[in-house]
Amino acid sequence: MLVKKYDVAVIGGGPAGLAAALSAKEREPGLTVAVIERDKALGGILQQCIHNGFGLHYFGEELTGPEYANRFIERIKGSGVDVYLDTMVLELTPERRVVCVSAANGLMAIDAGAVVLAMGCRERTRGALNIPGTRPAGVYTAGCAQRLVNMEGLMPGKKVLILGSGDIGLIMARRLTWEGAKVVLVAEIMPYSSGLNRNIVQCLVDNGIPLKFNHTVTNIIGKERVEAVTVAEVDPRTRLPITGTEQTYECDTLLLSVGLLPENELTSAAGIDIDPVTNGAVVDETRQTSLAGVFACGNVLHVHDLVDNVSDEATLAGRAAAEYASGQASRQQTYAVKGVNGVRYTVPQRVHAGLDGKTDIYFRVGNAYRPATAVVRCGDTVIAKRRKQIMTPGEMEKITIDAALVTGDLTVGLEEVNPS
Amino acid sequence: MSVNEYDVAIIGAGVTGCAIARQLSQYSVRAVLIDAAEDVAMGASRANSAIVHAGYDCKPGSCEARMNVRGNELFETWCRDLSVPFNRCGSLVIGFDDDDAKTLQDLYERGLANGVPEMKLLSGDEARAVEPSLSPLVTKALWAGSAAITCPYQMTIACAENARDNGVEWRLGARVTSLTREDGCIRVAMGEKSLLARYVVNAAGVYADEISRMLGDDSFTISPRKGEYMLMDRKNTCVRTVVFQTPTKMGKGILVSPTVDGNMFAGPTSVDIADKGDTSVTAEGIAQLTEKSKKSVPGINLRAVITSFAGVRAQPSTGDFIIGISKAEPRLIQAAGICSPGLTSSPAIAEEIVRLIEKAGLSLAPKADYCPTRKAIPEFRHLSREEQAELIERDPRFGRVICRCETITEGEIVEAIRRGARTVDGVKRRTRAGMGRCQGGFCMPRVMEILSRELGAPMTELTKFGGGSRLLTGILKEVDD
Ligand SMILES: Cc1cc2nc3c(=O)[nH]c(=O)nc-3n(C[C@H](O)[C@H](O)[C@H](O)COP(=O)(O)OP(=O)(O)OC[C@H]3O[C@@H](n4cnc5c(N)ncnc54)[C@H](O)[C@@H]3O)c2cc1C
Ligand SMILES: Cc1cc2nc3c(=O)[nH]c(=O)nc-3n(C[C@H](O)[C@H](O)[C@H](O)COP(=O)(O)OP(=O)(O)OC[C@H]3O[C@@H](n4cnc5c(N)ncnc54)[C@H](O)[C@@H]3O)c2cc1C
Repeated sequence: MLVKKYDVAVIGGGPAGLAAALSAKEREPGLTVAVIERDKALGGILQQCIHNGFGLHYFGEELTGPEYANRFIERIKGSGVDVYLDTMVLELTPERRVVCVSAANGLMAIDAGAVVLAMGCRERTRGALNIPGTRPAGVYTAGCAQRLVNMEGLMPGKKVLILGSGDIGLIMARRLTWEGAKVVLVAEIMPYSSGLNRNIVQCLVDNGIPLKFNHTVTNIIGKERVEAVTVAEVDPRTRLPITGTEQTYECDTLLLSVGLLPENELTSAAGIDIDPVTNGAVVDETRQTSLAGVFACGNVLHVHDLVDNVSDEATLAGRAAAEYASGQASRQQTYAVKGVNGVRYTVPQRVHAGLDGKTDIYFRVGNAYRPATAVVRCGDTVIAKRRKQIMTPGEMEKITIDAALVTGDLTVGLEEVNPS
Repeated sequence: MSVNEYDVAIIGAGVTGCAIARQLSQYSVRAVLIDAAEDVAMGASRANSAIVHAGYDCKPGSCEARMNVRGNELFETWCRDLSVPFNRCGSLVIGFDDDDAKTLQDLYERGLANGVPEMKLLSGDEARAVEPSLSPLVTKALWAGSAAITCPYQMTIACAENARDNGVEWRLGARVTSLTREDGCIRVAMGEKSLLARYVVNAAGVYADEISRMLGDDSFTISPRKGEYMLMDRKNTCVRTVVFQTPTKMGKGILVSPTVDGNMFAGPTSVDIADKGDTSVTAEGIAQLTEKSKKSVPGINLRAVITSFAGVRAQPSTGDFIIGISKAEPRLIQAAGICSPGLTSSPAIAEEIVRLIEKAGLSLAPKADYCPTRKAIPEFRHLSREEQAELIERDPRFGRVICRCETITEGEIVEAIRRGARTVDGVKRRTRAGMGRCQGGFCMPRVMEILSRELGAPMTELTKFGGGSRLLTGILKEVDD
C-alpha cells in the first residue's frame, strides 16, 4: 500500500473541503495540504445545483452552485494544494491515518498531521419514513432526481408529487416544471416549511404549484411504476394521518425532500463523539472534534441551508487544522454550550475559556416563533442577546458572544417567545 | 434433439426451481429453467425471513417435516460449495406465560419426533444469557442450535449460476402460457415462443396451481399469504440469534433476526390476501411489527428502519408441500405449495424431485465434468487491505467505489452484469449496491450508467426490475442557451 504524508488532509472536495484546504494553506503556506474527493470533479453537491442563489452573503452577488464552487476550484489550482479525485476514503484511524482507494493509485494511506472532515450529507429516504405501499420505480429522493436532471439530462418523471418542502424539493418542483413536467402537489407534514421562504415564493407560488401543510403521504400505488400517491391530513399534535382525509393523486413519480443526514460513518468508526441532535461531531469553536487534530465543517457537521455559512465555517476549521499541524494547538480548558428552551442544538457544542475576540454560535430552533429573543447565559449572567421578528426551524440562526466572558458552561435559549 | 427440445423444463426460477436445476445439472440431461420475471429470485425467494429452520414447527410425518430436517442438514454444504453466506446462529422461541410454556413443550416434543438435533428448553434467565436483548418478561424459551440464517436471493442466484455453468439454460422474461401434450412430450408455450420437454417440473410458487391446471391437474389450489418486514440499519443490530414468538395458526409469528449482512429485521406479518402479486406494505402491518417486535426485544430501534418490504407465501390447500408425480400427467412433477420452510427445504426438495424425475422414466447418467462449486463475486468490503490492493492491481475497476454505504465497487457491478443482472434491482441483489442506509439515493444514477454502458442500452430503457418498471420517462427537452 502506498503511504504518503501530509500536514493537513481534507476529506471531501465540496465547498466545505475546498474552503478548509485554502484556509489551511493561507494560514501556514509551508504546510502540505491534500484534498481527497470520491467524485471525478470537485464541488460536491454544488455541481448539481445549477440554480441561482448562492453566494449572496459570501461574495455579495448571486451565483449558481457550479459558479460558486468554481471560485474556490480556481483558487485551489494555483494554491499548491494536492487534489486526489475519484478517490474514496475508506477509513480514518484514531492515529489520523486516512486510508483511501482509487482506480489510479489502488489503496493509499495518508498519515496526516491534522484532518478536516468535510464529507457532506446524504438524503433521508422513503424507508426511514416507513411510507406504506408498493415499491415501484419512480420513487426518488429530490437530490437524486436533481442529479439525473441537471447532470445527466434525464427526466425522472412527467407527473410528480413531492413530499417534504425542504429546499431541494422546492428547487426541483420549479426545475421539473420548467422541463415540462407537472408537479401536482408539495405535501409537508409540519405546519411550516423546512425550506427557505424565498424558495417557497420563487419555486412554488410563482409556478402555481400547490403546497399543503400538515399533510403526508400514506400510500404509494402502482406495481411497476408509480401510478398514484395517497396523501392525508395529519393531526398537528401527533402528526398521525387523520382517517377520512385521504386524497389520491394520479402521478408517475414521488420525490422525497424529507431531510438531510450528515454522513458520519468515518467519524463514528474513528471513535469521535457524535451529537445525537445534529448527527455530526461534537466540536469546539475551532471545529475540532473529540479526537485531537481532527476537525469537521460543512454539512458533515450539521446541515446548513446556505453554502455561504459552510464556507465561513470551513475557513475556521481549515485555519485551526493548520495551527494544530504546526504545533500551535490550544491547551485551554473548554466549557459546554447547550441549547435549552426551544433551541434544538448549537454548533459549537464546546468553547474554550480565556479567548479574545468574538465567537459565533450557530443554532436552530425547534418550532416557528414570532418574535423571539435568543439569550446566551454563562451561569446566571446573560452574555449575549438577540431579538428577531421570526425564527423558524428552516433557517439557521447565529448569535455572537464576547469570548472573554466565557467562564463556565453556556446555555442558549429562547426567552420572551411567542410560538406561532 | 433439436435446439428447442429438452429432457426437463423447470418452470419457476425461485429457490425451489433453481435448487432443482442445480441438482439436475450433475447429470447428462438437457434442462431449461424458465421464469416469467426478467431475473431469477423474483418471487417469494426474494422476500422472506432467510432462516434455515431447525424443523420443530412441522407436523410430524409431514413432507414438510422431512424436507425441513434434511434441508437443514444439507444447507451448510450447499452454501459452502456455492459461496453463499450461512451463519448457524441458533434460534429461540420465547414464551411469556404458562400457555406459551405449554406451546414450547409441544414444539420441543414435535422437534424430537422430527429428529431435530440440539434443542433445549431454557428458563427466562438462561434465554437472556444467550440473547441479552430479550424482554425481561420472557419466562421460558426453546433453543434450537441447528437453526441458521442465510441469504435467500444469493442462494437462489448461486444455484442458478451453478446450474448454468453445468449446462442448464436460462429462459427469463418468459411466462409460461400453456402446456400441451405432443408426441410423448409436453409443449411449453411462452407467449409466441415455445419449446418441447419430456418432463416438466412445476416450481411456479404462488402460481403453481395455474401451471398444474394447464395439464388438467386440479388436485390443489394455492392461496397467497403476505408477510411484511422492516429492515434496520446495521449499526443498530441488537440480536445475535433468531428470536421467534410462539407460533399461531397463521404461522411462525413475528420474529426479530440478524441478517447475514449484519442488519436486523422484524417480521413477517401474516395476512391472507386476494392478489397473488400484492407485495405492498401497509400501515397496519407496520403498526403490528412495531408492537410485536418491541414485545420480544424492547430495545429495538425502529427509527433505524431503512426499508420495508413484503413477500407472498404460497399456501397449499392440502396443508403440506406437494411433491410428487402428478396423477393427471405422468410427465409433470410437482414442487408446489412450497410455503415456509421452503427455503430451508430447497436442497432436500431438489434431491427428491430429481429422484422423482428418474422414477418418472428419465435415465440420469452422471456428468464427468460436473463442477459443484460456484465462486461468489469478489466482495471488496470483506477483503483485507492486502487483498484489496491485489484485486485493484488486477482490475482497477475494483478501486472505484460506486455504492458508498456498502462500499461496492465498479468491478463488482460489472461482474454482476456479466453474470446476468439486467436491472438496477438485479445489480442490487447480486452486489448490495443500493441496499445500505441511503437505499440507492446516491448510487442509483451511477449504477444506471454502468448498466447502460455494459448492456449497450440507452438510460431511458433501463428498469428497476423489468417489465414496466422504467426508471426514467425521457430525456430533457432541448433548451437553447
Ligand atoms: C441535494 C442538495 C441540494 C442542495 N441545494 C442547495 C441550494 O439550492 N441552495 C443552497 O444554498 N444550498 C443547497 N444545498 C446545501 C449546500 O449545497 C450545502 O450546504 C453544501 O454543498 C455543503 O457543502 P459540503 O462541502 O459540506 O458538502 P458537499 O457539497 O456534499 O461535499 C462533500 C464532498 O465530500 C465528498 N466525500 C464524502 N465522503 C467522502 C469520502 N469518504 N471520501 C472522499 N470524498 C468524500 C463528496 O463526494 C462530496 O463531494 C443542497 C444540498 C444538497 C445535499
Ligand atoms: C414472508 C415469508 C417468510 C418466509 N420465511 C422463510 C424462512 O425463514 N425460512 C424458510 O425456509 N422459508 C421461508 N419462507 C418460504 C420460502 O420463501 C419459500 O418457500 C420459497 O422461497 C419458495 O420458493 P419457490 O421457488 O417455490 O417460489 P418463488 O420464489 O415464488 O418462485 C416461483 C417463481 O415462479 C415463477 N412463475 C410463476 N408462474 C410462472 C409462469 N406462468 N411462467 C413462468 N414462471 C412463472 C415466478 O415468477 C417466480 O419467480 C418464507 C416465505 C415468505 C413469503
